[in-house]
Amino acid sequence: MKTVYFDNNATTKVAEEVLEEIKPLFCDLYGNPSSMHTFGGQIGRRIRQSREQVAGLLGCDPSEIVFTGCGTESDNTAIKGTLAAAPNRRTVITTRVEHPAVLAVCRELENHGYTVIELSVDKQGRLDIAELEEQLDDDTVLVTIMYANNETGVVFPIEDIAELVTSKGAIFHTDAVQAVGKIPLNLSKSNIDLLSLSGHKLHAPKGVGVLYVRKGTRLSPFMLGGHQEAGRRAGTENVPGIVGLGKACELAAENLEVENNKVKALRDKLEKKILQKCPDCRINGDPDNRLPNTTNISFEYIEGEAILLMLDKYGICASSGSACTSGSLEPSHVLRAMGVPFTAAHGSIRFSLSRYNTEEEVDYTIEKLPPIINQLRELSPFVTK
Amino acid sequence: MWEYTEKLKDHFFNPRNVGEVENPDGIGEVGSLACGDALKLTFKLDENGKIAEAKFKTFGCASAIGTSSVLTEMIKGLTLDEATKLTNKDIADYLGGLPEQKMHCSVMGREALEAAIENYRGGGKKKHELEGTVVCTCFGVTDKEIERVVIENDLTTVEEVTNYCKAGGGCGGCQGEIEKIIEKIQGEKVKEVPVPAPRRTGKMTNIQKIQLIQQTINEQIRPALRAHGGNIELIDVEGNKVIVAFRGMCAQCRLTELTMKDVVEAKLREFVSKDLFVEEDKESAQQPHNHRE
Repeated sequence: MKTVYFDNNATTKVAEEVLEEIKPLFCDLYGNPSSMHTFGGQIGRRIRQSREQVAGLLGCDPSEIVFTGCGTESDNTAIKGTLAAAPNRRTVITTRVEHPAVLAVCRELENHGYTVIELSVDKQGRLDIAELEEQLDDDTVLVTIMYANNETGVVFPIEDIAELVTSKGAIFHTDAVQAVGKIPLNLSKSNIDLLSLSGHKLHAPKGVGVLYVRKGTRLSPFMLGGHQEAGRRAGTENVPGIVGLGKACELAAENLEVENNKVKALRDKLEKKILQKCPDCRINGDPDNRLPNTTNISFEYIEGEAILLMLDKYGICASSGSACTSGSLEPSHVLRAMGVPFTAAHGSIRFSLSRYNTEEEVDYTIEKLPPIINQLRELSPFVTK
Repeated sequence: MWEYTEKLKDHFFNPRNVGEVENPDGIGEVGSLACGDALKLTFKLDENGKIAEAKFKTFGCASAIGTSSVLTEMIKGLTLDEATKLTNKDIADYLGGLPEQKMHCSVMGREALEAAIENYRGGGKKKHELEGTVVCTCFGVTDKEIERVVIENDLTTVEEVTNYCKAGGGCGGCQGEIEKIIEKIQGEKVKEVPVPAPRRTGKMTNIQKIQLIQQTINEQIRPALRAHGGNIELIDVEGNKVIVAFRGMCAQCRLTELTMKDVVEAKLREFVSKDLFVEEDKESAQQPHNHRE
């Protein structure tokens, strides 16, 4: 059976070009870039090249790129490293809709005597900048707010937020794991101090991430050991991952247009047709400020896991914010923060596309989904006919 | 992805007996939209008092639907006395097992069956009456229901109870009470859980005392407050005086303020030192800057 992969916010396919690039690095060019001999040393050049490719996509200086093990590590480093470098301030501001890689770290900080402020969002998942401004004071050491939400795709006005935060003397970090490669960035013209990204969300392999650290930003290293990454992240480099990420960033820069035209058109078609064909459903998240590839739709009176399994039977991959899919008993913290009613939160499905998706796949899904919704609604005691 | 048995998948993809029996003898409705699953079971008896027809309507995940479907098959041909003996374990076993976190689906099946039988015997009483007192307010689970899953499934931990009937899986505020219920039933069987905070009997240095106060607040007090949208901050320790500030819901909740202070004091006396007393930092309470909705 053919797989229709609409779960690109979870992870993505490694681009063929990326795979070609990293193949020789396993059995032929396996040296350690820290070695003195040519065999190892030549790998250093590959890492330099990758650093330039990443910097090219982000619009920053290559020296501002620190390679890490994943997006979560980048987030942990940004938050803990900033606090360790500024021990006199004790307040951290974040949002209620962050990814656990940020939220769990912030909540743990409370155990160390930090005050953590979680900004709320409105029904469409938007932040109130006035609330942020009100909360910022001279005790605020760090503000960490995601660029785009992984569940709803809602994009926050990060440039404005960064300007506000840094003008008040706090450090600004953004988890841009979902935004990089989909939203054009130019960090040299931005006030963002720290930015996290993850390789496997943009067609590089799993196990590699980046933390952008603006020149002059004070940060204590998270991983201690060797002198790799100019002392900012110890540990032998994940050479294939790093080289693959460089190539993936180069491809992402070339494909930014495609993401915003072709992928967006496919997403819009999928979304429009689903809304047309299925009664009692709604889009979660601000439709005007959203990633081009993501749609989060709630189907009332039915439950997400059941929808996913039925889609799975047709090879269609998506994800859900329902309680049952997470193993917890409560639905997505993002949808709850937005005040999405329980009836809709349990039946939420996220489709996230990539440049590898086709119109046929969208048509196929539009054909298969409505009968599934109908079938489950026939089973539901909350639908009366 | 969940590991479902072939039998469960079969009943999910091809559910049997969907719908509502016309002019049913018994109707059982359990669960709600907010809980994430709900089941409406209807049945009709034949002239010998055996279940002739049973149908279901279910809102929920694959295992909730599969379990409901299987239940309707299992009870067909049973007398009501036989059906009453059916346990959630019987339903799970019939399916070849359920993932631990999904055991509550089998309990929901048994509860719906019970409610339907009760409805019949009570002469059409509309609602399944709650027996006992509600322990878990998030999912509306009573002490009687918790006792029953503990006994029928030989459960010994709070986590297992949550898997079987959801109790304790929301805010977590009732986990202590669930623990007590398990203890009452299982007694000796309950595994010794190591006390997280070491109790010091000897003389502590100031630094040790302050650290232990912070640790107790982190581990014993904050989780319960957080669950209700509140928070607590340790401001200072002066001798035996512990100064704290309440945030969020707790800071605005003027009426419960006294009780909150007492709860914190009791915990600190239990875990740190019986000489401690708690004071609220008035200045910072007036500016609840960690306000949450």
